[in-house]
Amino acid sequence: MIKKNSRFSSVYLAVMLVLMYLPIVLIIAYSFNKSRLSSVWTGFTMDWYRQLFADDDILAALINTLILGVGSGICAAVIGTLGAVGMAKAKLPAKGTMEYVATSPIITPEIILGMVDLAFFSLIGLKFGMLTLMIAHTSFCIPYVYMQVKSRLVGIDPSYVEAAMDLGASRGRAFLDVTLPMIAPAIATGMLLSFAMSIDDVVISVFVTGVGVNTLPLKIYTSLKVGVTPKINALCTLMFLATLAIVLLIQLSRRRNGARPSGDGENKTENE
Amino acid sequence: MNNSMTTAKRRNRALALCAAPLYVFTLLFVLGPLIYMVILSFLTRAEVWGVVNEFTFKNYADLLQPVYLKTFGESLKLALLTTAIDMVLGYAFGYFMARRPPEKRRLLLLLVMVPFWTSSLMRLYGWVIIFRANGTLDTVLMGLHITKEPLKLLYTYPAVVVGMIYALLPFMILSVYTSVEKMDWSLVEAARDLGASPAKAFLTVTLKLTLPGLLTGVILTFIPSIGLFFVADILGGNKVVLVGNVIQEQLMKVHNWPFAAAMAVVLMAMTSLMIFLYRKITHVSELEGMV
Repeated sequence: MIKKNSRFSSVYLAVMLVLMYLPIVLIIAYSFNKSRLSSVWTGFTMDWYRQLFADDDILAALINTLILGVGSGICAAVIGTLGAVGMAKAKLPAKGTMEYVATSPIITPEIILGMVDLAFFSLIGLKFGMLTLMIAHTSFCIPYVYMQVKSRLVGIDPSYVEAAMDLGASRGRAFLDVTLPMIAPAIATGMLLSFAMSIDDVVISVFVTGVGVNTLPLKIYTSLKVGVTPKINALCTLMFLATLAIVLLIQLSRRRNGARPSGDGENKTENE
Repeated sequence: MNNSMTTAKRRNRALALCAAPLYVFTLLFVLGPLIYMVILSFLTRAEVWGVVNEFTFKNYADLLQPVYLKTFGESLKLALLTTAIDMVLGYAFGYFMARRPPEKRRLLLLLVMVPFWTSSLMRLYGWVIIFRANGTLDTVLMGLHITKEPLKLLYTYPAVVVGMIYALLPFMILSVYTSVEKMDWSLVEAARDLGASPAKAFLTVTLKLTLPGLLTGVILTFIPSIGLFFVADILGGNKVVLVGNVIQEQLMKVHNWPFAAAMAVVLMAMTSLMIFLYRKITHVSELEGMV
């Protein structure tokens, strides 16, 4: 009845994908280009990578980025998961409002989050640096974990927990042995999403970082403003590979856990 | 009876305890800063540095200066332009994608996911390489003898528009895709059986059913596009100034925090209004595909 795939649609998808990947491919290609300035290909080199690994500033930024990504991911996972579990069943004051505010960082322009954090942290006298970065990143990572876990909790058949309790498990035991393993994939996905958001963040980090504390995106941002060296191409290429690995991991963890039979439907959650 | 009551109470207390960190964190580090921003916007800037606790409407009055009104206008224009183009490009992509067989769909989804998660800075930097004088685009165009000299596209308005469209397109694609993917195709077939032309069936059935996804895409494109100051920074040089750039400048360089706060409050009000309208139109409390 309905014609499924016209030739036009195939061409369209292909052209758009090429456009989407072109900038990324160019950066990767130029990271191996001998010439320092020109866009012309002058030969293959690994020099930029060598220089990159010899750069202490960048290594320090890399370590900061990882600490921040993992740290805020863990904080968000603990607060978000416990929160989703508690909010799902407990009678609490202003629950709806609280949920709205807790997840609001997702729908607030990043620049506002950055500015309010900057103003508030200086009001309460926090020293700008890793701590402020960590708090700010945790606040925008919580929604990802919270929403993942919440939607998974809704899908769990209550009879599992009831069965465990009929067999003599306490509520706490039943939670640890039955519910937690079932929501574990959602927690893992939420953490991976958080990690990916954190290691990519520029806008919020620009505002809440302290003197001398750099992350990789901040480093790239500064060098894009003052003039790039091919070293940045190499750095971007490596970051791209890291992202690629995370995306594949998320896909894999979803499929392995057979989150939902269709597999694709589940991915909508990634779409922020 | 009494016993079960206390168990229920105890249980509620345990669950409330679970939610406590979320409550505390949210109140302290999400709501607190937002409230402070509103307060700050009514305070007075100190002569040299910092803020004086004197109530004033001056910051909002200052916003009415033509230069700032123009900035808001420019930002809105760019955001609307970006959103409109992304709507067309992204809807087509999401729609075509959802019509593929499942394995192909999964691959396409992965292919969209990767740029979506790739550092937006890096993706924009790729456009710098393309647009800069004697960059990729110039090399290709001049090589094909289409143009004779560099186009000098970098640091122009079109470059910023392309960067914006590119940065936000995946949000639109994924929102639309989610909607189209779960659509009931038999409804479209029914419309066709009853004699509707393909165009009419699309407009009256498909578009209507996928409207929530399209609107989610609009929200997810429009809201960031107002604030993305680094796109204008990187691809527009200092030639394109948006609300985001002014807020950043007022905060970091001019150090007029109350004024920046007033600007942010207005921006926040604008985005909240968008979300409110979205909910009114679609009657859903959460953004489609964001659960």
